Amino acid sequence: MEEISSLLYGFQVALSYQNLSLMLVGILLGVLIGVLPGLGGANGVAILLPLTFTMSPTSAIIMLSCIYWGALFGGAITSILFNIPGEPWSVATTFDGHPMAKQGRAGEALTAAFTSSFVGALIAVVVITFLAPLVAKFALQFGPAEFFAVQLLTFCSFVGLGKGHPAKTIAAMMLGFALAAVGLDTVTGQLRMTFGTVELLRGFDFLIAVIGLFGIGEILLTMEEGLAFKGVGAKINPRVVWQTWKQLPRFWITAIRGTLIGCWMGITPGGATPASFMSYGIAKRFSRQGEKFGTGQMEGVVAPETAAHAAGTSALLPMLTLGIPGSPTAAVLLGGLLIWGLQPGPLLFVEQKDFVWGLIASMYLANVVGLIVVLTTVPWWAAILRVPFSIIAPIIVVICAVGAYTVHNAMLDVVLMLVFGVIGYLFKKLDYPLAPMVLALVLGDMAESSFRQSMVLSQGSISIFWSNGLVGSICALAMLMLFWPLISASLGKLRRGRASDTPQERPVE
Amino acid sequence: MTISNPPSSRARVHLALAFVVAGVFSLALNTAAQAAEWKPTKPVEFVVPAGTGGGADQMARLIQGLVGKHKLMDQPMVVVNKSGGAGGEGFLYVKGAKGDPHKIIITLSNLFTTPLATGIPFNWTEITPVAMLALDEFVLWVNIESPYKTAKDYLAAIKAAPDNTFKMAGTGSKQEDQIITVALDKFTGKKFTYVPFKGGGTVAVQLVGKHVDSTVNNPIEQVAHWRAGKTRALCVFDEQRIPYKKKVTDAQSWNDIPTCKEAGVDVDYLMLRGIFMAPGATPEQVAFYVNLFKKLRELPEWKEFMETGAFNQSFMTGSDYMNWLKKAEATHKTLMQDAGFLHKK
Amino acid sequence: MSGGEHRDGSGARGPATKTIEMIVAAMIFIIGSVVVYDSYQIGSGWAEDGPQAGYFPFYIGLIICIASVWIFFQTAFGKLAGGGVFVSLRKLRLVLAVLFPAIGFVIATYFIGLYVSAAVFIAAFMRWQGKFSIMRILPVSLVVPVLLFLMFEVWFLVPLPKGPVEALVGY
Repeated sequence: MEEISSLLYGFQVALSYQNLSLMLVGILLGVLIGVLPGLGGANGVAILLPLTFTMSPTSAIIMLSCIYWGALFGGAITSILFNIPGEPWSVATTFDGHPMAKQGRAGEALTAAFTSSFVGALIAVVVITFLAPLVAKFALQFGPAEFFAVQLLTFCSFVGLGKGHPAKTIAAMMLGFALAAVGLDTVTGQLRMTFGTVELLRGFDFLIAVIGLFGIGEILLTMEEGLAFKGVGAKINPRVVWQTWKQLPRFWITAIRGTLIGCWMGITPGGATPASFMSYGIAKRFSRQGEKFGTGQMEGVVAPETAAHAAGTSALLPMLTLGIPGSPTAAVLLGGLLIWGLQPGPLLFVEQKDFVWGLIASMYLANVVGLIVVLTTVPWWAAILRVPFSIIAPIIVVICAVGAYTVHNAMLDVVLMLVFGVIGYLFKKLDYPLAPMVLALVLGDMAESSFRQSMVLSQGSISIFWSNGLVGSICALAMLMLFWPLISASLGKLRRGRASDTPQERPVE
Repeated sequence: MTISNPPSSRARVHLALAFVVAGVFSLALNTAAQAAEWKPTKPVEFVVPAGTGGGADQMARLIQGLVGKHKLMDQPMVVVNKSGGAGGEGFLYVKGAKGDPHKIIITLSNLFTTPLATGIPFNWTEITPVAMLALDEFVLWVNIESPYKTAKDYLAAIKAAPDNTFKMAGTGSKQEDQIITVALDKFTGKKFTYVPFKGGGTVAVQLVGKHVDSTVNNPIEQVAHWRAGKTRALCVFDEQRIPYKKKVTDAQSWNDIPTCKEAGVDVDYLMLRGIFMAPGATPEQVAFYVNLFKKLRELPEWKEFMETGAFNQSFMTGSDYMNWLKKAEATHKTLMQDAGFLHKK
Repeated sequence: MSGGEHRDGSGARGPATKTIEMIVAAMIFIIGSVVVYDSYQIGSGWAEDGPQAGYFPFYIGLIICIASVWIFFQTAFGKLAGGGVFVSLRKLRLVLAVLFPAIGFVIATYFIGLYVSAAVFIAAFMRWQGKFSIMRILPVSLVVPVLLFLMFEVWFLVPLPKGPVEALVGY
């Protein structure tokens, strides 16, 4: 196999003491960046970029991409401990991760998250190694209609999960869509709902809403419950890692499904955030414990984490082969490539073998290094929960404020974060589901642009959504997901007559 | 700059050459003398009125890196993306930082198009022009499997077909790509279906994936696909051909791409890659940045970047730059008025 | 919340869930109508090449309005489980004890920068809520902002809001 010899060659390039220590530095920095909300991998990579000019491009990209892996690992930490997603793709990790922490199982949750991340990344790297050219071709199949279909699928696999009042679910979801629409409309170039203010030009950022709704909202709720995280008394010992590992193999189906979703979304590039939501939604739908999701199920941590990390990893492929970055971090890495005189694109794999295979080999190594690093820190992270709430609460508020500010360097965002915090508190107490709102906020903008781009392409004909096999089958899958509860119910009572559902044409928008 | 920070002799030769070429020798000496008088005292915020990964962002990050690598400045440079409202956010941010010499901004054509299209309260005269770094070319691209080998073929096909048969992808709405598309519409008398996307990289991939018929990507956005034999360059929207003669693909150099004028399409459009700073800057402060960018332009990495991206290396400061901007604004106003893109009150 | 005070089983006093539920629904309705209004202004029709800028937001706003009216009336006529107290006054006081200082912290950031406000906020909170001694307050309230400062201003070069104190050290 040509790939295997290339890969072995890559290991020779990557396996030097210098590169290994750069990996370690990168991972540690990345974890730190992942922990701090608002400070994304993009910041870390951008700042270190100038430092890397003295290194060979291969060493440089190894260190920079390690920051990226570290950030992927680190995003889960604050999600689990404090319900604050350190990175957008860790939002879905909060759903079960934080309840676990509250039950005193923070160590287990963290171990599960890190291990799943590792598994997701590893499989994704294998895919990159052996299927790169094929995969790049697949990514090219995706035009606006296909993107819309993927977003529809994400939505359909997630929606209808809550047990809450339908009007509240609808209201929350639509509020998310409305917030996503604020700002400049990409398709017509018109300003929407800015009411002449400058501050609203940039719209509502997903991360700010999430930091407020989840992070600040959680603090307010915790205050009400009497100044304490419930996990405080939990015993924390290093063996937690081993004990968790013994449980994890049970979730192998969820893990593989999450990885596949992640790879697919990373390549197309749908992104890690939708991937984590989709994986969580599908896991909830098909798991035997699905009903209990949201109450601290380990499977609910495995699903989003495998998907997010697999997506994050495979997102590097379209960047290298097509020059389209799958995330802001990848965008900065892309800038780095140009500075080193490397031109991302189909020829990179031909002309820069050292670089490409060194990078791919470093993905294997870095994820192993990363896993070891983060797993050794599990007891310490879990120990943070022992710090009295009256110390940790103001620090969390400060860190949330920093996170909200750094997204756009705007004070208004900090104010909005507090407003979202109050909304989060009210909604949680009144049983408005937050997840559909957040998902609508993250997907609304993208889904609307791809839908309208498709409409422009087809000159207003809806038929573009079943105009070829790919888009048609994704749409069909989406419909299947949407009506799965009805379908599975009617399959159950097949004899009793037909299901009387009235299929809607497009339930998302 | 020779006064505050003596550069190496080689660099000095380059600098001197640059000044002669630019024909602003006396002015340069003048500004060099003043440069010693002001220096940034804290990190310089480099605002990018566009998202991460785009052409302006790449250039800004390259500059950030080169400034750091070659120690062109004692203070670091920090890139900040403010892309809200088609860059309006960034412009208004710099406009609001009156008298702050530690904020500079790199501009694209949205310097003109965004205020005209959205009606935000901003005009380029409200911030301080520093220098034109380069001009970005636009090239008409089609997929390699497309039957059209020349611009003439393609445009003839458009003329022969009904409206909206051909699909053009571009970055953003009512911005440079769409302006060029409308100019082509005017020329052919037929309408393109214009599909706006968020970034130039995505636009390029949409063409490779055959979801659209053509694009007017900047060279840097398409070069990778061009080299890999996935796309074909039909013509460049400039009055002269791109000067770079080094082979880029197996058969062609940038210089081999005909101008659209040669192909019978009298449309030319260049995009500004210029630097501005906050309003109320003193001449010394402007001079510092002018010098900084002059030093930058002499770096081999910069030159290589210019060539990879087939940039038009025009460099202007002072009143030349002012006049260019005035003219460009007038052009954009006419173009956008004709296209019906002006903001309606 | 006038007249909305209730006692739940344990005798705690506070605003009734029903009242809050209706207020929230009303506010959602207002948001929905703002969305509808703005979308109508920019054009909410279907142009020849697809929907106009306000098309989706218009219907989204409309659905928000309908959903909120639904919630409002169901609550008002007692169909939605909404009995008891939303939050007891004692608990509300606790919530406000973190919310008000947090608001104060954000406002102070506008004037004296984030780092100093953070130090004051952490110190004040530890003092009032945790009743810690000065010896424990000082290190925590100083170390956190200093660490943040080093990390953001010095290391990652991400500028955060700064005030007169930072200006003294040249930032």
